[in-house]
Amino acid sequence: MTLLQKFLSASAVVALSAGTALADPAIIFDLGGKFDKSFNESAFNGATRWAEETGGTFREIELQSDAQREQALRRFAESGSNPIVMAGFAFGSALDEVAGDYPDTSFVIIDMVVDKPNVRSVVFNEHEGSYLVGYMAAQASKNNTVGFIGGMDIPLIRKFACGYAQGAKAANPDTKVIANMTGTTGAAWNDPVKGGELTRAQISQGADVVYAAAGGTGLGVLQTAADEGILSVGVDSNQNYLHPGKVLTSMLKRVDNAVYQAMIDGPGLETGFSVMGLANDGVGYAMDENNADLVSDKMQATVEAIKGKIVNGEISVHDYTSDESCPALTF
Amino acid sequence: MDYFTILQIVDSALRLATPLLFACLAGLFSERAGIFDIGLEGKMLGAAFFSAATAFATGSVWLGLLAGIGASLALSAIHGLASITFRGNQLISGVAINFLASGLTVLIGLSWFKLGGQTPALSGAARFSGVDLPFAEALSGVPLIGPIYSEVLSGHTILVYVALLCVPLSWYVLYRTRFGLRLRAVGENPAAVDTAGISVIGLRYSAILIAGVLCGLAGAYLATGLGASFVREMTAGRGFIALAALIFAKWRPWYALYATFLFGLLEAVSNRYPSVDLGFVTLPSQFMQALPYILTVVILAGFVGKAIPPRAGGQPYVKER
Repeated sequence: MTLLQKFLSASAVVALSAGTALADPAIIFDLGGKFDKSFNESAFNGATRWAEETGGTFREIELQSDAQREQALRRFAESGSNPIVMAGFAFGSALDEVAGDYPDTSFVIIDMVVDKPNVRSVVFNEHEGSYLVGYMAAQASKNNTVGFIGGMDIPLIRKFACGYAQGAKAANPDTKVIANMTGTTGAAWNDPVKGGELTRAQISQGADVVYAAAGGTGLGVLQTAADEGILSVGVDSNQNYLHPGKVLTSMLKRVDNAVYQAMIDGPGLETGFSVMGLANDGVGYAMDENNADLVSDKMQATVEAIKGKIVNGEISVHDYTSDESCPALTF
Repeated sequence: MDYFTILQIVDSALRLATPLLFACLAGLFSERAGIFDIGLEGKMLGAAFFSAATAFATGSVWLGLLAGIGASLALSAIHGLASITFRGNQLISGVAINFLASGLTVLIGLSWFKLGGQTPALSGAARFSGVDLPFAEALSGVPLIGPIYSEVLSGHTILVYVALLCVPLSWYVLYRTRFGLRLRAVGENPAAVDTAGISVIGLRYSAILIAGVLCGLAGAYLATGLGASFVREMTAGRGFIALAALIFAKWRPWYALYATFLFGLLEAVSNRYPSVDLGFVTLPSQFMQALPYILTVVILAGFVGKAIPPRAGGQPYVKER
């Protein structure tokens, strides 16, 4: 066998193995990292659930910088991965750029709307879930003061804050809502020290339930709340277990369901707009043995009633992103 | 804004200023000896990770502190090797330290704890808890002064007091000891120091090792004092703010305390008042968050006067033949 033949056969093997990777789904995690105990971890859980149930494999990458977004997308698309799921609003512009170049690949973007024929845009009604936890927070608050700590100051996080404030005011119109944002850059998702300090500042203003929608920063919020003996509300994943008996509940955002569904649907999935709300269990609040003592039966019954009213349209929760304003809170 | 609120803000400022103060003093020693150190951030990050990891594994925060200082010293030694022994560019070496720490902490964290670069949450003896100063309870009743003592000064972790003590200590070492005189001289005119028969290399190494210890304390304070675990990139630019404070303080220990406290205070104010209503106009939260940096520019340009760095800063020393 000549050297040339060796090379040819080697490249044939490579081509074949690339062929087997065809149509494996891929998932791209955002800067917070796969195990952020929050948003990305939820996405990872959905993908893992799919892999366990179907025996399939998926490709994944955790981004280290903003500059990698388009590169990672193109790499997966070139190598034949399909569908490609990306967890995070920040992929919007990169996907807008890339989607047209790979018309046969299906893309799924979570938390952002990209209007391309081969893209499914999954958005969550976070304001509805936040409304429920806000309602619970106001009921649990003894000082009639509840706090909100957001990560990066973006419309999406304001949507959380706005729903939360509306819920708190609905439970008790006298409730004072204190809202803080950690910062205006990506670093705001990973600053637990600042999160803790913001929590202390809110406690000194009387807050006794604090809701964190801030990725890794939220870990600092929950920690400080537990240290200082007040209640906290987790976000995205069920975070009740982090400090049992100290976390009132968690606003669940079933990113895992969205990822799971996308991978089940496989290549050529139905594109367009997909809304995950209270009605289809896309958002909700977490109940388990860690917070069973904190949420009374009466409280839960009330929240369930409210949930029913939101689902059947009796209560409409204002969405901050619809008109960039919030009736219950000023930023 | 009542008296009690002011005290709470000052209390918060003290906590926030502590890591900056450690890092600022670290930069002070290093730069006074003529070694620019933009790797403060990386050293803090490395120390934060290893202190949290060790504290979790051993259950002892003190072993964690030692491990943090050790990690920071190791990074300092790399900086020294590159920029003193091999006379490389100090800025590039510092940047490399930052990248190295940022990547290594996550990589090692992933392989040890499988938590995406975080360490598990610390509790009990694996964290620094607050220390109540003597008579804090008894004196809290004294009007005006009492609350200052019991609310602001008492109840912090031990590292906050260590940081405050480091200020007079640094001043004493730099201005009242033979070592300090030589250290300052080596940053101004290393040739003269060498002529006097004193090792420039030795002095510069000792300066960056002192910086390593101080950065180690800063990192350990972030992960085991203020926080209760390591999270990737948790230093969030504090090393660079400390560098700004260092220039602000014109490389002097007491002014370093004032400068870092000012940054801490501004951050505490923006935490407490995300937006300020002045009656005729409401300052948005973005403005409040940018305030420390705006003030830095204003004060540096207008009030501090010219900040002159040590003359031999940034230049590797080449012995004349």
